[in-house]
Amino acid sequence: MLLSEVREILKADILTGEENLDREVTSACGSDFMSDVLAYVKNQALLLTGLVNPQVVRTADMMDMKCICFVRGKMPDESVLELARERDIVIMCSPMRLYDACGRLYTAGLRGEVY
Amino acid sequence: MEPMTLSYTVDGGDLIGAGEASSQMKLALKKLGIPAEAIRRASICMYEGEINMVIHANGGQAMVDVGMDQIVIRLIDQGPGIPDMDKAMQEGWSTAGENARDLGFGAGMGLPNMKRYADDMTVETTIGVGTTVTMTIKL
Repeated sequence: MLLSEVREILKADILTGEENLDREVTSACGSDFMSDVLAYVKNQALLLTGLVNPQVVRTADMMDMKCICFVRGKMPDESVLELARERDIVIMCSPMRLYDACGRLYTAGLRGEVY
Repeated sequence: MEPMTLSYTVDGGDLIGAGEASSQMKLALKKLGIPAEAIRRASICMYEGEINMVIHANGGQAMVDVGMDQIVIRLIDQGPGIPDMDKAMQEGWSTAGENARDLGFGAGMGLPNMKRYADDMTVETTIGVGTTVTMTIKL
């Protein structure tokens, strides 16, 4: 799924990385526990979370994730956005709750792990 | 590529900034042309270890030996030591405080994650003296 489609489905605003919405993600993960993200996420992933601190960006960076979507309308501060720019990670912000955001993406075909 | 050792200091007082050493290591490994999957595994091991050092041990040193066929990460701290290693290795068991949980850590996944991604991991710990975690990632 293209990040431009993710934005549309989640009714999200792009906070940084507008020029990279043609990137594709092939899996997604929703969690407020960064260690869970580090444990389970696969390639080309999108992270949905309600946490807005620099460790979210660092976690995504370690996992080579392409995009973070902050849910529940949470807005990160400028230091978080700057870190994301340095690491070439797209940041979006959606008004949806984590459950709804994950459900909509899943329904549209973006899955998590294959069981 | 000649074998080399990368050395980093992990600042113990800064949980918000924790992860800087891991980021630097990741960049260095990229420049050395290490395969992406090995870089990712090494980065996760180092990052979880770095977070642990900041939460539990007031920081420490990270030494990364990069060789032809493996990366060896040694995380050395002078913290309180790990009293019950079996429990520490259980997923979900944690002694981390609220400040760590606020940042998305302290869920009892640190050491298990490090073991999951390393090809080999040893932990030497002495109460009141410190802990050294050694992780090997094969290339």
